[in-house]
Amino acid sequence: MYPAPTMTGLLPLLPEIVLGVGAMALLMLGVYRSERGVRLVDIASIVLLITAGLIVLALPAGKLATFGGSFVVDDFARFLKILAIIGSAAAILMSIDYDKREKQERFEYSVLIVLSTLGMLMLISAADLIALYLGLELMSLPLYVVAASHRSSLRSTEAGLKYFVLGALSSGMLLYGASLVYGFTGTVNFAGIAQSAADAGTGLIFGLVFLFAGFCFKVSAVPFHMWTPDVYEGAPTPVTAFFAAAPKVAGIAMFVRVAVAAFPGITAQWQEIVAFVSVASMLLGSFAAIGQRNIKRLMAYSSIGHMGFALIGLAAGTSEGVQGVLVYMAIYVTMTLGVFAVILSMRRSGGMVESIDQLAGLARTHPAMAFFLAMLLFSMAGVPPLAGFFAKFYVFLAAIKAGLYVLAVIGVLASVIGAYYYLAIVKIMYFDEPAENFYSMPDELKVVLGVCGLFNILFFAYPGPLVGVASAAALSLF
Amino acid sequence: MTSWPILSVVTFLPIAGALFITFLRDDEAGARNTRWVALWTTLITFAISLILVWRFDLASADFQFLEKRPWLGGAITYAMGVDGISLPFVILTTALMPISILASWTAIQTRVRAYMIAFLVLETLMVGTFCALDLVLFYVFFEGGLIPMFLIIGVWGGPRRVYASFKFFLYTLLGSVLMLLAIMAMYWEAGTTDIPALLHHAFPRSLQTWAWFAFLASFAVKMPMWPVHTWLPDAHVEAPTAGSVILAAILLKMGGYGFLRFSLPMFPQASVDLAPLIYALSVVAIIYTSLVALMQEDVKKLIAYSSVAHMGFVTMGLFAMTAQGVAGGIFQMISHGIVSAALFLCVGVIYDRMHTREIAAYGGLVNRMPIYAFAFMVFTLANIGLPGTSGFIGEFLTLIGTFRVNNWVATLATFGTILSAAYALWLYRKVIFGKLTKPSLLHIKDIGWREIAVLAPLVILTIVFGIYPKPVLDMSAASVTQLVDNFQHAISSVQSAALAR
Repeated sequence: MYPAPTMTGLLPLLPEIVLGVGAMALLMLGVYRSERGVRLVDIASIVLLITAGLIVLALPAGKLATFGGSFVVDDFARFLKILAIIGSAAAILMSIDYDKREKQERFEYSVLIVLSTLGMLMLISAADLIALYLGLELMSLPLYVVAASHRSSLRSTEAGLKYFVLGALSSGMLLYGASLVYGFTGTVNFAGIAQSAADAGTGLIFGLVFLFAGFCFKVSAVPFHMWTPDVYEGAPTPVTAFFAAAPKVAGIAMFVRVAVAAFPGITAQWQEIVAFVSVASMLLGSFAAIGQRNIKRLMAYSSIGHMGFALIGLAAGTSEGVQGVLVYMAIYVTMTLGVFAVILSMRRSGGMVESIDQLAGLARTHPAMAFFLAMLLFSMAGVPPLAGFFAKFYVFLAAIKAGLYVLAVIGVLASVIGAYYYLAIVKIMYFDEPAENFYSMPDELKVVLGVCGLFNILFFAYPGPLVGVASAAALSLF
Repeated sequence: MTSWPILSVVTFLPIAGALFITFLRDDEAGARNTRWVALWTTLITFAISLILVWRFDLASADFQFLEKRPWLGGAITYAMGVDGISLPFVILTTALMPISILASWTAIQTRVRAYMIAFLVLETLMVGTFCALDLVLFYVFFEGGLIPMFLIIGVWGGPRRVYASFKFFLYTLLGSVLMLLAIMAMYWEAGTTDIPALLHHAFPRSLQTWAWFAFLASFAVKMPMWPVHTWLPDAHVEAPTAGSVILAAILLKMGGYGFLRFSLPMFPQASVDLAPLIYALSVVAIIYTSLVALMQEDVKKLIAYSSVAHMGFVTMGLFAMTAQGVAGGIFQMISHGIVSAALFLCVGVIYDRMHTREIAAYGGLVNRMPIYAFAFMVFTLANIGLPGTSGFIGEFLTLIGTFRVNNWVATLATFGTILSAAYALWLYRKVIFGKLTKPSLLHIKDIGWREIAVLAPLVILTIVFGIYPKPVLDMSAASVTQLVDNFQHAISSVQSAALAR
């Protein structure tokens, strides 16, 4: 029996406690202030998330554990928690103007995002299968709701329903895998699984495969990606922006932690699975995106491709590889948020537009917006000296060291194919004749776009801090 | 050793100019100011780069003006430095930039700010490519140049600009990503990406071969070598005049520079083994593309194909790995940088007036444009490689250098010079001589002061370097000697080790 946690023992959990209590308080606030309180709740949610992030940074250094070791805070967790919080806070910030214009002002929206973020933080810190499942469900349930938050829109409700049904299926697979793993090793704790994994035999591999299938669904990696384009397209745009960033961070975090912490003895076995998933995601992401006309759908395929690239680092199975994944995710979040800031600004007299062709001639009508978007797209394509290049650089570096030459070659070729559709958007913005002007960009979106754009452009000048922190975070897992 | 980071200043000064331009207004007056800011930025950069020449120690084969700062963590640093091989290219770049800006003075009327910013950013990336002393840093600069060039071709280019810009971008990117993987493999093998350290690292044979091919994929596309040259005619034809100038004069040289800096010294064994492949491709490039050039109806396309042929001489000379061959290769690149830039500028002059590049649309220009006809003649003769022009020195040295190693290749390549006379003179006769019968040409004006200012320095350089090539040859002599010595040493040590076994 574990001893009951004391107050000081709960210290590692402080950010989560703050978020949980804060979300309840905001819920009350929202209920009592109803319509008038929406803006207040939005702002308060952002403040709450930032507070939680600061607490994560202020926690004592080193590896902290509580709940008998099923909840750990190490550098890996700190890094990804900050990232997830940034993603969520930016998503709320970007939704404010949209919700006002589309008459979708509901205070529940930001409360749900805060709750989902709480789930992500739990998930990132989870060090046994039960904690992992709890975190995962806490993260996912609010996601299903916000996907369908446009109650009157057929597309949005369809997206929510589709996401829920498929998500429930993947949770089932994950649970089944977890039970198999428990059955063959006799423990749910990652460290315990790692100890007994070596002689657990084929049954454990089956469990592993089911677990990984569940993870692949959450990070939208091929072959469990089918929901992504439909949900991205159907969900309200700020929700899509949220989906594309923070939950991906949490999903990758659990993928990496389980693979590295729970199954280090059978790396060779899961390496093959991850390598296959990675190759399939990169190729599908690159090829399928070419034909897309809807920019949200395109971003869905783009994110599938990016997850494939990030997983190259995991396939390497080394601390360099994990470092690569972390750098990749950090840069991916900034690129995605920046691009969605532009997508959310694609509004003209007739309302929101989502077709890529509507960006025609953006370089002349909105030069700054076009410039930043172009830089973000080049960054996504992995062209130096932009940040996206360094993201790919580190994962490929790890893959080459691990001897995964075929994976690396397929990866770089996929990145060239992927470059085509990013270029196609740049072409529309810069080479084509201008379409009708968009309304001017709301200030908060300008801030998000400017920060993300400048980060991507200037990253090369001073990459040391991020790379160093990611390196320390990766080493904390090994 | 200098007290201030002169190479970084030369590299990043154009970006500072570009930043300044972003604050200018985007109207008619702003466009005028933009042009002047861009011109002065490039002129000052050029002046500073001349300090490099001034302070450069000709006797030393080592890298000079070294700078080193931590960058990506680990062994990957921000390292800059030039030696006798890279310095000529740095100067070529900084010298041609003001000329390109002047050449775009009136030709570019739309989105002037964006155009000048793209050019200045491109200058930073090009100079950085030649100054970088770290493989990853080199790659960043090398690839980064794609973005501004893509925009220059795509926004200000001709009717098929979209196709040309995509082809240019994707072709080059595809070649380069494989090089990136080779760079990574070298990093794990040698534990560093520092170029001076890698130059003395003996890579195992199998890695040499694979890495050599990966680097070839990148540099062959950039150079461009037959059969991956097909992006070049499209890009050249569609790009605005200054874009063609930079493309032909500098971007193509990055391929040759890459061979010199990486493939030959770092993978000597593979270079010897695979030199026949390079010879074959070079000879095909020289003869085949010269024949193709004979069939062109578009002035720019003809010059583009002749560029491919001239680059064939460069690769042939470099891989001969004799002192003459390498020195000739470098000289040929510098000379081609001047001559092809000038030829594209000449095409730009008549294109600005007539808005067509079709050879058949011209004829008899000498009657209306004597000064222009003279400048064009000098460059045509230099393109042929007539003695007394810079083109001769390069071709001659590469041929001598190759002849010592492989008679057949040198003999076949010599036919190329005859073919080049055929297409270049044919072009000159069609455009300049004959009766001025076309009514549209009756009122064409000769070149003005701005165009003279653009072409005069190039005419002078072409003739001066043709008569007195010593400045360029001296600048690179020490480094070339060291390169060839190290190369021969590496080969002979491998051979003696094989014999001892």
